[in-house]
Amino acid sequence: MSPAWKILDPSSPEPVREHQLGLNRRQFFGRSATGIGVAALAQLLGKEGLVAAGEKGPGKGLPGLPHFAPKAKRVIYLFQNGAPTHVDLFDYKPKLHELHGTPVPQEYLGTKRFSTMTGDPTGKLMLEPVEPFQQHGQSGAWVSAFLPHTAQVADDLCFIKSMHTDAVNHAPAISFLLSGAQIPGRPTLGAWLNYGLGSPTQELPGFVVMTSVSKGTSCGQIFYDFYWGSGFLPTRYQGAKFRGSREPVLYLSNPDGMPRELRRGLLDDLAAMNQLKFQQSGDPEIQTRIAQYEMAYRMQTSVPDLTDLSSEPDHILDMYGPQVREPGTFAYNCLMARRLAERGVPFVQCMHAGWDQHNSLTTELYTQCRDTDQPSAALVRDLKMRGMLEDTLVIWGGEFGRTPFIQGDITNRPRWGRDHHPYAFTVWMAGGGTKPGLTYGASDDLGINAVDHPVHVHDFQATVLHLLGIDHERLTYRFQGRYFRLTDVHGTVVRDVLA
Amino acid sequence: MFLLVALSLLVVRLVPAAEKMVDFSREVLPILSDNCFQCHGPDPKEGRKGDLRLDEEKDVKRLREGYRVVEEGHAKTSELYRRLITLEKDDRMPPAKLGRTLSPSQIETLRRWIDEGGQWGRPWAFERIERPAVKNAARHPIDELVERQWEKAGLASTPRASRETLIRRLTLDLTGLPPTPEQLDAFLADTAPGAWERLVDRTLASPAYGERMAWDWLEAARYADSNGYQGDNERTMWPWRDWVVRAFNDNLPYDQFTVWQLAGDLLPGATAEQILATGFNRNHMINGEGGRIAEENRVDYVMDMTETMGTVWLGLTLNCCRCHDHKFDPLKQREYYQLTAFFNQTPVEGGGGNAQTPPVLEVGTEEQRVALGQARAEAAARQQEVEQRAKEILPLQAEWEAARLKQPTITDWRVVKPSSAAALKQHLEILPDGAVHAGGENPATDEYELVCPLEPGDVTGFRLDALRHSDMTQGGLARSDSGNFVLTDIAFRLQKTGEAKPEALPVASAEATYEQGNFPVGNAFDKDAKSGWAVWSGKTIDRDHAAVFRLKSPVRVPSGASLQVSLKFNSPHPNHNLGHFRLSTSSAAVPALGGGEGALFAALQTPAGKRTKEQQTLVREAHEAWDTILVKLREAKSKADELVKSRQAELPRVMVMEDRKERRPTYLLSRGLYNQPGEEVLAAVPASLPPMKVQGTPNRLDLAKWLVSRDHPLTARVTVNRLWQMLFGIGLVKTAEDFGVQGESPVQAELLDWLAAEFMESGWDVKHLLRMMVTSEAYQRSAVVISPAVHERDPDNRWLARGPRFRLPSWMIRDQALAAAGLLNLQAGGKPVYPYQPEGIWAEATFGKKIYRQDSGDALHRRSLYTFWRRIVGPTMFFDTAKRQVCEVKPLRTNTPMHALTTLNDVTFVEAARVLAQTLLGEESEDLSRMRLAGRRLLARDPGPEELVLWQRSLDRARKAYDSDPESARTFLTQGESQRDCALPVPEQAAWAAFCLSLMNLDETLNKE
Repeated sequence: MSPAWKILDPSSPEPVREHQLGLNRRQFFGRSATGIGVAALAQLLGKEGLVAAGEKGPGKGLPGLPHFAPKAKRVIYLFQNGAPTHVDLFDYKPKLHELHGTPVPQEYLGTKRFSTMTGDPTGKLMLEPVEPFQQHGQSGAWVSAFLPHTAQVADDLCFIKSMHTDAVNHAPAISFLLSGAQIPGRPTLGAWLNYGLGSPTQELPGFVVMTSVSKGTSCGQIFYDFYWGSGFLPTRYQGAKFRGSREPVLYLSNPDGMPRELRRGLLDDLAAMNQLKFQQSGDPEIQTRIAQYEMAYRMQTSVPDLTDLSSEPDHILDMYGPQVREPGTFAYNCLMARRLAERGVPFVQCMHAGWDQHNSLTTELYTQCRDTDQPSAALVRDLKMRGMLEDTLVIWGGEFGRTPFIQGDITNRPRWGRDHHPYAFTVWMAGGGTKPGLTYGASDDLGINAVDHPVHVHDFQATVLHLLGIDHERLTYRFQGRYFRLTDVHGTVVRDVLA
Repeated sequence: MFLLVALSLLVVRLVPAAEKMVDFSREVLPILSDNCFQCHGPDPKEGRKGDLRLDEEKDVKRLREGYRVVEEGHAKTSELYRRLITLEKDDRMPPAKLGRTLSPSQIETLRRWIDEGGQWGRPWAFERIERPAVKNAARHPIDELVERQWEKAGLASTPRASRETLIRRLTLDLTGLPPTPEQLDAFLADTAPGAWERLVDRTLASPAYGERMAWDWLEAARYADSNGYQGDNERTMWPWRDWVVRAFNDNLPYDQFTVWQLAGDLLPGATAEQILATGFNRNHMINGEGGRIAEENRVDYVMDMTETMGTVWLGLTLNCCRCHDHKFDPLKQREYYQLTAFFNQTPVEGGGGNAQTPPVLEVGTEEQRVALGQARAEAAARQQEVEQRAKEILPLQAEWEAARLKQPTITDWRVVKPSSAAALKQHLEILPDGAVHAGGENPATDEYELVCPLEPGDVTGFRLDALRHSDMTQGGLARSDSGNFVLTDIAFRLQKTGEAKPEALPVASAEATYEQGNFPVGNAFDKDAKSGWAVWSGKTIDRDHAAVFRLKSPVRVPSGASLQVSLKFNSPHPNHNLGHFRLSTSSAAVPALGGGEGALFAALQTPAGKRTKEQQTLVREAHEAWDTILVKLREAKSKADELVKSRQAELPRVMVMEDRKERRPTYLLSRGLYNQPGEEVLAAVPASLPPMKVQGTPNRLDLAKWLVSRDHPLTARVTVNRLWQMLFGIGLVKTAEDFGVQGESPVQAELLDWLAAEFMESGWDVKHLLRMMVTSEAYQRSAVVISPAVHERDPDNRWLARGPRFRLPSWMIRDQALAAAGLLNLQAGGKPVYPYQPEGIWAEATFGKKIYRQDSGDALHRRSLYTFWRRIVGPTMFFDTAKRQVCEVKPLRTNTPMHALTTLNDVTFVEAARVLAQTLLGEESEDLSRMRLAGRRLLARDPGPEELVLWQRSLDRARKAYDSDPESARTFLTQGESQRDCALPVPEQAAWAAFCLSLMNLDETLNKE
C-alpha cells in the first residue's frame, strides 16, 4: 500500500493531483458534512473562530464554569461616570451640617493624596449636604431628596457605603473598577464573564454597552473604549457598543435596494458555495464562517426587534420617565437593558457621564439626578414585576466619591462643588442574590474614610463574580507568561451582602 | 475505508522515534518557570519561599542540610523530584492553593533531566544564534529543516498548490493586493523553469510591496494621525509613514532600518532622511488632558519608547519590570530603568497636547520650503512698516485726542432705561444703570414686555446686552441648568404720542457675540416660535454676550415717543429665561457690535496721566485706527501673516528624536511612579544579554548598533519570526511579542536559527529573506486538509505539512475588493484620506468636538494604509485591527457576526461590487464568461463546473428579484460616489452587483490560501 502522504515532486505544478486529493477528502467528508444544520455547524470547533481553545463551544464559556451554583445569571451595570457625590445622595452625615463652613479636621486626613485640583486639603471647609435626607421603606435606608424614585425602591436595594478605591482620577479609576487595573489593557468585567460563562444568546452580543450624557452638562468626559475592552482576551469578548442613534450596531442594515428576502436567498446561496469549498478543502474554519454569516443575519432580525418599542405598554414606558422614547438617553438605555436581559444577554453596561460636580452641586447635579433617578428605579421595579430581579444583578455606582469638604467658595452657593474622593463612596446593588434592604459598611461621621467593614474595589469585584458562581481566584487567563485575573492578587468576597 | 486505515497507521507513528536528551532551556525551564518561579523565581520582592531560587543553578545544586534540590544524575534523591511525587499533601509542590499541577509527562521530563545529569543552560532565546548545518545541498534549506521534524510528528504533507492558488497567495502576501488578470495570464503562460522565482522577483519589485510591509510596521510603531486621549489633536507624522514605505521598497537593510529609526539623529552628519526616520519613537500617544502633570506624561512617553523597542527588537515584555524584577525572565527592575535612560534624553517636557511637540522636522518639497521662507520675510517686512508708522504718528496723538473729543459719537450705543418692565411669570426689576433683573420663581417659559422712553433722533438698531449675574446658575446669564438662555423671539414697536397703535419696527439682520450650534441669533426674529438664540459654548459661561438687531429702515423718533420691546423665552428647554440684561439704541448707518466707543470717550475724558493701562491702550489703538495709512499697512501685514499660516499648514512637521546637551539623570522609579525616584541609574543593557562594547556612557546610537550586532541573540530571531508570521499566519514562535521564558519555545527551533543567521549574514536583506521563504516547498504547499484527523493532529499547521490558509486582515479585504473592482486609486503617499464611514461616529465619541469630513472623488478609493487614523475612534471598517495605541506585533484573527455585517453592508463593498459588475458587463457578453472573469479578478481562477451551477443559481435569483422590483434595483445601484454606467440595464446590473457582493463574501475571497 503506497502511503497517501508521500511528498510529491514540488518542481512541477500539480493541479491534477491537488484536485484528486480534494476529491479523496470529499469522499471522506461528503456525507457527514452535507445537511448539517446551522446550529450544529456552530458547534464545530474552529481554531480562531467562534470557539477559543479550552472553551466548550460558541458562547458556552469555559469547562468547569460556573464553579458553583450562581445566584445571578446576568448583570446590568448602571455605571455613573464622573463619581456621584456620596454625601449628597446616600451617605447621610448630620455632622456636616454642624461643621458646615469650618475647616476639615486634620485627624481625618492623614497624608492622603487628593487630585491636583484640591492639592493639599488642609483648611478646606466642610460642606453640608445640598438637599435634606430621609429614611425610606421598611429598611429605613437613607436617601436624599435628590433621588425620590430610588428612595421608593430602597427596600429592594443593598447599599455598600464603605467602598474605597486606589485611583484619584476618572479614567484610571473607571478602568480600575471595571478591569482591576488603572492602566488600560486588561479585560473588563463584562469581557471576563463573556469569556468564562459564555452567553445563552447567539443572536445578540453577550456583552452590550450603551452610553448617555445629560443635555447641557459641562463635563467633557470621553467614554474610552477600554471601559468595555477585552484586553488580552480575544476581541470577540469585548463589549459591543450600541450606538445611541439610528442603527445601534454598525453596518446592521442591508444596503438600500437589497430586499430582505433577496438577502436571505443570497446568503443561502453563499452558504452552499462555502459548503462546496469546505468539501474541497476541508478547513473547519469554513464551517465557522458559514455559522458566522448565519448569525449576522439573525442579528439583523433580532436587533430591530430589540429596539422596536411598539409592544411596550404606556404604563411601562411612563415608569422610566419622559426621556424613555428618546434613543441615547439613560432612560432609553435602561429600558433597552431590560429588553436585552429578557433576550438572554448576560452583561449590559449602561454608562452615564456628567457626575463630576466640581462646581455644580446646586445646578447640574439636579439635571443629573433627574435624568437617572427615575429610570434606575424603574429598571429595578420592572425586573421585579417580571420575576427577573431574582437572577439579575443590578449595580449602580461610580468610580469614587466626592470630598465632604468644599471645592469653591462657600459664600457662592451657585458654584458649590466637591472634588474627587477615593476614600469612601457608596454603590448599590439589587437582585441577583444580594440581600435586599441591607445597608452594609459605613464611612466615618464626616464621610471621609471608609471605617466600618471597608470594601475595596477588588473585594467588590470578587463579590460580583461570586454571585455569578465564579471563584475569582480561579477565573484566569494566561498572557505574557502570567496568569491574570480580574482581582489581580487581591479580593475577598463580602459574604454579608449575599442573600 | 482505505484512508481510515492509513490514518490509524499514522497514529502509530506519532510515538517519538528516538529518546533524545532532555533539553534544559526548551523543555525544563518552561516547566519551572510556569509552575515554580512565582515563589522561587528571580523577583525577590514578593516573598520568595523556602530560601530557594529555582532560576539559579548554584542555589538549586548547593548542599543544604543533607540534601540538594537537584542531585545531578539522581532524581530519586533530589528534593525537587521528591516534592513533585510525594503523597504528603502539605509537602507537595506546587501548593494546592495556586491551582497549578504538573502533568505526569512534565514530571517525567524533570525526572529524566535530573537523571541525565541535570545539565543547566540559559533560556534558549538568549543564546547566540548559530547557523544549524544543512546537509543536502539540493534541497531548499527551509524544507530540509522542516522535514527533519517530521520524523517526530509523523504527518503527511500536501502537494504543491495550483499555480492559480500560488500567484494569489504570493501577491496578497507581498503586496496586499490580488493579482490582476494580466498578471495571472502572464504567470500561467510562463511554463519555463524558474517561472515562480521570476514571479517572486516581479512581486517584490512592485511599489505595492512597500505599502503592504508598512502596514505591519505601522502597527508595531503604534502609528496614528492623532494624539489619543481627550482632545485627540491631529498630528502630521505621515511623512514618516511614507518614509517607511520607501525604505521597504528600496530594501534598506534591516540593520540600517533599525539604526535610522532608533537613532538616525545621532549618526555623524545625519541627513534629513535619517532624522525623519526617528519619528518612529515619537509615534507614541500624547496626553493633553488638563490637570495632568507634565513630568508624569514625560515618564510615560519614555517608558512607551523603551517598551516599544523591547517588543519590536528584543521580543521581551519589559513592562513587567516597571514595578519589580521580571518574574520569569533574567531582567531586573534596575535594568529596565537603565534602558529607559537611553530614551530619557530628549528635550520633551511632557506638558500639553501639542501634536507637533518639538523637536520636529519640517518636511516638505523644496518649493514649499522656499515659499514659506519668502512668506515669512514678507511678513517681517510688513511688520516693520507697521511699527515704523506707529512710531511716526505717536507725537500726533494728543492733538487727535482733543479733536476726537469734540466729534459727535455717531456710532455710540446709548443705553435706554425702561420706565416699566413686566413678565408673565417672573418679577422684573429695573436697576439704576438701566439693566433689568429677573427674580422670583423661575418658570419653564416666560415673556417680558418693556417700555422705554426714547430721546428724539434717528434709530437704526438696537442692542441687547445679556449680562452675567451671581444670582444666575454658575454666575451665568439665566437660572437654567447651565446658566444659558434661549431667546425665542424679540420684537420692537414705536409708540408715538397721539397715535392709537404703536408702529412695528421689523428687524432686517442681526449679529451676536456668540451663537450656539443650532441657536443662531436669526432664530430670535424668525417665524418659528420655539427656535431661539443661545450662547452655550460647551463650558461654564464666563463672559457677557450681546446681540445687535438692525432695523429694516431707520426710524425718526419724535419727542415723547417710547419704545416697546417684547422678549419671549418659549423654547422646549425649560427655565432658559434671560436673567439680567440691558438695551441700547444706535443711530449709526450700520449698527455693529464693535462697542468700546463709550469706553473710549470715558478714557479720552480722563487726563492722560491718570488713565489706566487699558485706557492708554484703548486711546492709542483708536488713534492708530484713525490713521488710514497705518490701517492699510496693518491690512497688508495681516495678509502676509495669513500667507505664512497657510504655507506652514502645507508643510507637515514630524516629531523626531534629539538628545539634550545636558544629560538628564535617570532614576529607578519605585512602582513605576514618576514621583517616587529611587537610586540613579546610567544607560546600560541587561546583563543577561551580550555586553555593549562602548567607552563611557552609551547613547541611543550605541543601543541601536548593539541591537543589530551579529552577537545579539534576539533581534534577528524576533524579526524573522514576524516575517514568517506574516506569510504563514503564525510565527515559528507563536508568541511573537514574547521570546522570554514564558513565551513559546519554537517547534522548529533549528529553522528559526537558520533563518536568523541567514538574515544577518545576508546583510539584513529583507527581500532576500522573504524570497527564501516563499521559494520553499513549505510555502507552496496546498492548504487542503487531507483528513479531519490530520487537522486534529496539527490544527495550527505548526509542522508545515500543508500550506497556510487564514483570513486576510480587514484592511487587505478592503484593498482586495477595490482592486478587483478596478476602483483602487494607487496614488502613493501624502496626507491621510477620509474614506466612507457611517455618519456621526467621531461626533458620538467626542461629544461633537470632532466631525468626520468624508472625502469625495478618488480619495475614497486610496489604499487602506492612507486612511486617517483617529486614535480614540479608529476607522470602523477595519475590524480585528491593532488599536494603534501601543505597540502590537501579533495579528488579531477573530470571528464575529459584526465582521460579516461589515463586508456585506458597508458601502465600500457594495460600491466595489457594483463597479465590478459594471466591468463584467462591459467586458464580456455571456453569463458564463462574465462569471469566469469575476472568478479571475477575485480568486485568480476560473470557477469549477459545480461552482458555476451554484453561481448561476444565485445570479438568477438576484435577476428574478430585481426584474420584478426595478425600484430596488435602481436604489441598489446608487450606493457609493463613483459614476454608474447609465447605458447598462438597471435590473441586470443590480443583479450582477448583488452577485458580486456575494462573491466578495465567499470564504475563499476572505481568506489567503
